[in-house]
Amino acid sequence: MTVTLPVSADPAALADPPRNTGLWGGLPPKAKAGTVLLGVFVLAGIIGPLVTPYDPSYQNPSPALSLHGPSAAHLLGTTQSGQDVLSQLLEGIRLTLELAAVVGIVATALSVIVGVAAAFLGGFWDDLLSLLSNVFLVLPALPLLILLLGYLPQRGQTPTILVLSALGWPWGARVIRAQTLTIRNRDFIAASRETGERTWRIIAFEIIPNEVSLIAANFVNTVLYAIGASVALAFIGLADLSSWSLGTMLYWAQSQQALQLGAWWWFAPPGLAVALIGTSLVLLNTGIDELGNPRLRDASSVAKIGGRRLHPADPTPVLHAAPPPRGRLAGLAHSFSRRSLLEERGRRPAPAARRAAPRPGGQP
Amino acid sequence: MPFLLRRLVFYLVAAWVALTANFFIPRAMGGSAILDILSKFPNLQPSAYKALEAMLGVGHPGSIWHQYMSYLDDVFHFNFGTDVTEYPAKVSTLLVQTIPWTLTLVGSATIIAFVLGTLLGILAGWRHGGWFDRVLPGLMFFQAVPYFFLALILLEVFAISVHVFPLGQGYAGGLIPGWHWSFIGSAIYHSLLPAFTIVITSVAGWMLQMRNVMITTIGEDYVLAGQAKGLPNHRVVFTYAARNALLPQLQGFGLALGFVVSGAIVMEIVFSYPGIGLLLLNAVTSNDFPLMQAIFLVITFTVLLANLIVDLIIVFVDPRARAQEAAR
Repeated sequence: MTVTLPVSADPAALADPPRNTGLWGGLPPKAKAGTVLLGVFVLAGIIGPLVTPYDPSYQNPSPALSLHGPSAAHLLGTTQSGQDVLSQLLEGIRLTLELAAVVGIVATALSVIVGVAAAFLGGFWDDLLSLLSNVFLVLPALPLLILLLGYLPQRGQTPTILVLSALGWPWGARVIRAQTLTIRNRDFIAASRETGERTWRIIAFEIIPNEVSLIAANFVNTVLYAIGASVALAFIGLADLSSWSLGTMLYWAQSQQALQLGAWWWFAPPGLAVALIGTSLVLLNTGIDELGNPRLRDASSVAKIGGRRLHPADPTPVLHAAPPPRGRLAGLAHSFSRRSLLEERGRRPAPAARRAAPRPGGQP
Repeated sequence: MPFLLRRLVFYLVAAWVALTANFFIPRAMGGSAILDILSKFPNLQPSAYKALEAMLGVGHPGSIWHQYMSYLDDVFHFNFGTDVTEYPAKVSTLLVQTIPWTLTLVGSATIIAFVLGTLLGILAGWRHGGWFDRVLPGLMFFQAVPYFFLALILLEVFAISVHVFPLGQGYAGGLIPGWHWSFIGSAIYHSLLPAFTIVITSVAGWMLQMRNVMITTIGEDYVLAGQAKGLPNHRVVFTYAARNALLPQLQGFGLALGFVVSGAIVMEIVFSYPGIGLLLLNAVTSNDFPLMQAIFLVITFTVLLANLIVDLIIVFVDPRARAQEAAR
């Protein structure tokens, strides 16, 4: 970032067409991309199991169909026992998304309850709940999840959901507690308290509506955590291995040596699905972040004036001649060099004014 | 209370919570579940069976307080009982064999990823709006990829399609572990791909976080003041902006460590790396509960210790925390 920035005299470069401001149009591009990508997977999860070409568990006895690569009949190939990978994938997307959504809802509800309760009860209960959420944040989740799931008598969707929700709330609780504490001291809360509103009503109708974006971001984060953790747990074998989720698909691919047999079509689709769902959620979350903090936005929010980029937070540019153009890498290297500063000094129109300014620091 | 003492108390509480959870989880499962577990080991040696019973809280264990005390005593003496599947191996012996592998691999790869990610994040935050922001979605992909899936892909590419790296294991077969060059070289060669996996998947997270903090820090007045004084850019970037942006980054490092370690442990399974992850997989597949519990404790304590070290670094970097220390 240089101290002065050139402005071109060309008015066309300055004119930034006003953005459309609808709910969709106002979203940052990252949030849009995330929504679309996630939508594709949600659709696949809803429609997929209805249109699966085969029963995902059906083992085709024909030896020709064991570990068969992608073909017209089996678009994503078959497993070692002749099961159709595409059918498993569609079923798996549904099961994984279902689990993640339920965990997201339950754990987010828990974090709202704990966070708001800590902020409102104050004193000892606040200390206790905050300590508890900090402790569970610092403990590594996966070994604890493994221990809990290992001891549970049966394995499957419900126990996994219970355990993941039980350990998924601390981060959200911490964030929501902090936000509730600041909202609690605002005037409109004091006003509704003066009018005799009950505490639960203040919480439900004044506090929570003001935290919707925070809760939404927290939900997205929790879903991301649930997908990652459930897939990892299933990959270790801590899941109902007769059902098809993305994690159990990877478990079977790994335990039946798909990699060593060269059957990339067996482990790549479920893994890619996990990665892409995860990417869509990260994009969505970054988008929500950028909505709240315009500084974080990428090049799209940066006005390009006279070939130089201007951030919303930059000082107002000063008009003078544009510097010689540089390549990207050269420009990057140059911006760290001392010469970049000397050049700017040489270009300045009023050297007398600069001499007046004190210049401490390691200047030659 | 000074910063470090407060943190120390907090970690002690966290350690106590982990210890207590570890003690009560098997006891909370109910009698039928416990009998179910015991029935999975019909031909266990009597002494191992007794140890398992004691761990699960059945048989004639005495009062719950007495059990708890003797459990704490065992843990403090690094005595995690006898392994039920690899009888008569002690759980602690198995742990001692595997911990150095994981600690070296995950520890060094995480530190490399953190340093690299932070440096790239400084660059990206400073050159905000440049080329970096265009590759951002790609980085988010790497952030969302499960560690073990990337491990599978890397193995497919570098060990099966192109035979550049070995297909897993910690060292070449036939070598005897010891402090000689052929073994150390082989171990380093075998750890390159796993380490690379950890670096690729976790570097994006550190980078994005540092970028975001940098962007916020650059907007601060003291950075503008540094620029207005005419300081060279590198000085403004590193000693004005980055040094202040580093504090939230370090605090985030402590919290994210648990996730990184968890991911790395699952990744070890793909590489058949002789670390704690593979041990954990074996424990899960063979219902080896003493081993599972010991691994949980060891991983937890290691993460807590690493957090404490991060706090020490924070005190070193942050003058405010140091002033708090000195005020005592």
